Amino acid sequence: MEHLELFFKSIFIDNMVFATFLGMCSYLAVSKKVSTAVGLGAAVIFVLAVTVPVNWLLDQYILQPGALTWLGAEYADYDLSFLSFIMFIATIATMVQLVEIVVEKFSPSLYNSLGIFLPLIAVNCAILGGSLFMQSREIESIGLAFNYGISSGIGWFLAILAIAAIREKIRYSNVPAPLRGLGITFIITGLMAIGFMSFGGMLTGGDDEATKEPETAQVEQVKEKEQKLAENTTTINE
Amino acid sequence: MGLLSKKDAKLITDPLADNNPITIQVLGICSALAITAQLKASIVMSLSVLFVMGVGNVVISLIRNIIPSKIRIIVQLTVVAALVIIVDQVLKAYAYSLSKELSVFIGLIITNCIIMGRFEAFALGNGPWKSFLDGIGNALGYAVILVIVGFFRELLGSGTLLGFKVLGDPIEKTGLYAIGYENNGFMLLSPMALIVVGIIIWVQRSRNKDLIED
Repeated sequence: MEHLELFFKSIFIDNMVFATFLGMCSYLAVSKKVSTAVGLGAAVIFVLAVTVPVNWLLDQYILQPGALTWLGAEYADYDLSFLSFIMFIATIATMVQLVEIVVEKFSPSLYNSLGIFLPLIAVNCAILGGSLFMQSREIESIGLAFNYGISSGIGWFLAILAIAAIREKIRYSNVPAPLRGLGITFIITGLMAIGFMSFGGMLTGGDDEATKEPETAQVEQVKEKEQKLAENTTTINE
Repeated sequence: MGLLSKKDAKLITDPLADNNPITIQVLGICSALAITAQLKASIVMSLSVLFVMGVGNVVISLIRNIIPSKIRIIVQLTVVAALVIIVDQVLKAYAYSLSKELSVFIGLIITNCIIMGRFEAFALGNGPWKSFLDGIGNALGYAVILVIVGFFRELLGSGTLLGFKVLGDPIEKTGLYAIGYENNGFMLLSPMALIVVGIIIWVQRSRNKDLIED
């Protein structure tokens, strides 16, 4: 359940592109054709799925305050969290390089389709953003971290796929000349983001999980609403 | 401009309008959009980027001849990451609430494409002084857009500027609110940042027809 919730939440509600604007640069630059967009999207899913769990391990066993206890009691009060940026970006850069080498060796066809995008990805903010959000949201287990990586990658993939499809079609429309290209892409993305906001209610839509531990005020509000609803239904029935 | 030759001055003024990093070069969009709901955050973000770009460009330019080109991306990332850590620690020490508000976006300066883009395009091929000017110029161009977007979003969204209630008090109904003006809460939501930037691009390209793409 926890996994499923995180999965849908990171794809739709906290979508990397539409909610936090991560990876916008490559999103705008590589979305002219659907086929290249698919290549980049797949590479992003892949790299996120690898780097988020690795950075989770680093965060848990090296960076967090008190994470070094496994080395011995005298290291227990070390706090290395200020190093997290440099550690994360180094991991990402090396993992991307490693992935590139491994893919080239074992699957040349995949390498040919992903190849040019892999170096681009090291500087894609979606990748670093994934790791930083993983850290700031305090994801609990490595399984969840893996899940978070994959699902936010899928969210990014969907976003770039959608905009690429729209941009292919919009070529036949009569857009005002100064808006052509970049301008209209921005505005379409804004409209899509508004659309994606409607997914916000997906996980709070009255299931047991959501009402388990919200603040008391909210619970009371919900109860009031339920009472009103019940009253309304009874009056209607009468 | 006794200090700067004409060519050097161009390095600073060009990115402000005709070669703006955000609207023309399409670099550094992510952070520009995410933190502009308030003017203050946009200004702090611009200053951070200004610092990182100015110093980073000089450092990269100084060591450009000894970086092996195969690992230059990692070297560049390390330089930026070190500078960003300094910014982050300073913000945490002197402006803690603001640093909480900017959350991961200070960290994301590392992968801000403006920085990597200018390293690759300029600092690797030019001397330190020129690179410094280029860094400052591009960071200012970035700052201009951030401040414009932040200004409109805060003014229209919450009726304040830098926290001051410039349009009157919405609760006591003074100023503009007395005649029935309402804040547009929609401006504070993230999608509006995209639309505001879209409009800026529209205005800029209508004024300068050379920039229009087909």
